[in-house]
Amino acid sequence: MVIKTPTIPEIQEAVKAQPRLLCRAGGSKQALSGADGSVTLDVSGLSGVLEYQAGEFVFTALAGTPLLEIEKMLSEKGQYLPFDPPLADAGATLGGTVAAGLSGPMRWRYGGVRDFILGVKFVDGEGSLVRGGGRVVKNAAGFDLPKLMVGSLGRLGVLVELSFKVFPAPQATRTLRVAFGRLEEALEACLRLAASAIELYALDFEPPAGLALRLGGLEKALEERSRRLWSFLGKDGELLEGEREARYWRGINNFGWAGGKPLVKVALTPKKIAGLEAALLHSSNPLPSSTRRYHAAGHLLYMAWDGSWTELDTLLKTQGLAGLVLAGNPLSPALGINSAHPFGERATRALDPQGKFAR
Amino acid sequence: MSKEVLQELSKLLPAGRLLTAAAALSPYQSDALTAFKAKPLAVALPESAGEVIETVRWCAKHQIPFVARGSGTSLSGGSLPIDGGLVIGLNRLNRILKLDPKERVAVVEPGVVNLDVSKAAAPFGLYYAPDPSSQPVSTIGGNLAFNSGGAHCLKYGMTSNHVLGAKVVLPTGEVVELGGESLENTGPDWLGLFVGSEGLMGVALEIKLRLLPKPEKYHTVLAAYDSLEKAGSAVAMVVASGLLPGAMEIMDSLAIEAAEAAVQAGYPQDAKALLIVELEGETLEVEAEARHLSEVIEASRAYKVQIARNEAERAKIWKGRKAAFSAVGRLSPDYIVQDGVVPRSKLGQALSEIEKLSLRYGLRVANVFHAGDGNLHPLILYDGRVPGELERGEELAGEILKLCVALGGSITGEHGVGMEKKRYLPAMFAEADIELMRKIRQSVDPHELSNRGKMFPGGEAEALVRQGLHPLEKRGVISRE
Repeated sequence: MVIKTPTIPEIQEAVKAQPRLLCRAGGSKQALSGADGSVTLDVSGLSGVLEYQAGEFVFTALAGTPLLEIEKMLSEKGQYLPFDPPLADAGATLGGTVAAGLSGPMRWRYGGVRDFILGVKFVDGEGSLVRGGGRVVKNAAGFDLPKLMVGSLGRLGVLVELSFKVFPAPQATRTLRVAFGRLEEALEACLRLAASAIELYALDFEPPAGLALRLGGLEKALEERSRRLWSFLGKDGELLEGEREARYWRGINNFGWAGGKPLVKVALTPKKIAGLEAALLHSSNPLPSSTRRYHAAGHLLYMAWDGSWTELDTLLKTQGLAGLVLAGNPLSPALGINSAHPFGERATRALDPQGKFAR
Repeated sequence: MSKEVLQELSKLLPAGRLLTAAAALSPYQSDALTAFKAKPLAVALPESAGEVIETVRWCAKHQIPFVARGSGTSLSGGSLPIDGGLVIGLNRLNRILKLDPKERVAVVEPGVVNLDVSKAAAPFGLYYAPDPSSQPVSTIGGNLAFNSGGAHCLKYGMTSNHVLGAKVVLPTGEVVELGGESLENTGPDWLGLFVGSEGLMGVALEIKLRLLPKPEKYHTVLAAYDSLEKAGSAVAMVVASGLLPGAMEIMDSLAIEAAEAAVQAGYPQDAKALLIVELEGETLEVEAEARHLSEVIEASRAYKVQIARNEAERAKIWKGRKAAFSAVGRLSPDYIVQDGVVPRSKLGQALSEIEKLSLRYGLRVANVFHAGDGNLHPLILYDGRVPGELERGEELAGEILKLCVALGGSITGEHGVGMEKKRYLPAMFAEADIELMRKIRQSVDPHELSNRGKMFPGGEAEALVRQGLHPLEKRGVISRE
């Protein structure tokens, strides 16, 4: 059963009346919002910006608001979402982005979705409408429920309304793509850059041995800064500018490179990359390395996968990593090491005592 | 409590590390909010994570409430002891367990002093970004519990944005790992919930911190205005120009006078307001931004502009700002530090309302604040020896908090709720919101042992005496935000 475009009171009613509920909006992360037998709450109609004053660099919108709408509104004022959420062109919404906890390449510069969320309104497992955080950029009152909702996969409540801080968009950007001979060389350069004073908007590792570096800032300083970056690397590369550069990153963030294959997010650190790449190459159905993309100096991987989910689950466990399936049909979207702990279990019980959102 | 129960604890901690004598306990009766005092049962001074775990387990077994504390610099009474409860002093857990310059991660114990992290990272060109004014003494454990801010939060956020992971002992005595070393995560952000929970959900034993490369260049501008309003609009102009400074601070004339008397920062004495704007980053970018900033500041009708030409001049500008709070002590025997937030566009309105309140209550208010993020720190000056002044001051402080909420802001930007603001929590959150937070707390800590009586409204009576500066402030060791 699908409950289409419920109002907030109807969401509260549904939570009280139904034994199990699954929430969806844009449906761009099908593995997380596909029907699983429970009642589906389709909140895509819960859409629209409630408050935006450009001078405040803060906005509040309903959870089902498409990212595209937000991005358009912000870019008209020279602002942007610094956490650079993926799948905007596929119809991803603000609420889905928070629930899945997804950020994109530019999260390298100022942080991920958790670093920009300010406030949240949601319906908890008992049907109460509750609020956490606020609508100002700095706030230390009460528990940080907005952060808790990041990555919560709809298991702690139905997101209704979200507030974010935003930043001024860089006046100009340009990108340098550099190829190295070996994976280790590329990673070494990646770590050196990450610890240097050179400030990049994106620092991506492209396996098998490339880096994509995005510079941003005032137009007049960009030329000299690019030259400096070049000499820091001691290497030439391909320069992307203007419309071509924007299209390149847009493509990256819409996962076109995954070729429509099932898609997985993995949280990691740079030192795990070499081992993981080797393990993937030796898996039973290895995909070309162009179907993997490491953002944020190797802290965030999006990868296509065409083998069995059990195999990937085991492979990630062996590497000491955890993954989340975004597209595909696994038994459970959570793969790899299990990080369940009593703190999480007890807090979940407080938010959803009857397990209405459990999966 | 029976003697045997306490004896059980003394077996866990060697002699000298379990304080029970009245004289030994008295330094622990208050934190930096000296208005509140409480008498703990005992003070435990563990030296290892294992000892902390055993101590918490002892508390859980005998249902003894406890508060973990570091240097006790909380301005909201967050580390005030619980009457008859245990204080767990964490200052001896002050080891930096790991510093990986390549991965830019430091793993520290909770008693490590904030500034010591940056000192240890400095040889690698790295630093720990959050910079509460208490950073020469306040500890990472306390910073984590209260999600501490500082002057440089505008660009890179507060403590919560710099903590990657934590090993925590829950109030039940169980030990859990929250977060990890990655900037990313694949489940609910449990660490995000724990950071800033004011010690109500357990004690952090090991904390993984993210280190940042030290900015290559700072560009620090001091602009003087003949009205507070002009300084306020200058902030809006800088923000609207598309620049993203590392810090933007304002001081009003009373604060300028005090700071100048205390540290001779070279501030223009006739200014009604001073604005400090600091750009930071890559040299080439900062130089280009600096030209842009000059145009904005010029258009903002500053009557005097000073640019730091070197690190010494930059340090001097900041010294005045960082000393402003304790310096106000020179103008008045007592004062209340307030901490509230308003939307940035409402700064001017908030300041003029505060001025009106100041006149109505007949008490002077000095303003020093993180203008860039709308975080006000009004200082309410009073004389505790004059009957009724303290009560008037407290009432005025409460009015300011309500004003912040009415303007769409918050009752605290960085000091936390603690003891001081728990009665104002309902001004900001509805009953259902607070109820859910309480349910989370009780689910994690069924007997409400961990920092009992804080953050949530109600509970024990509040103290009535305010006693001026913290002893460390008097010695100039710490200053307030």
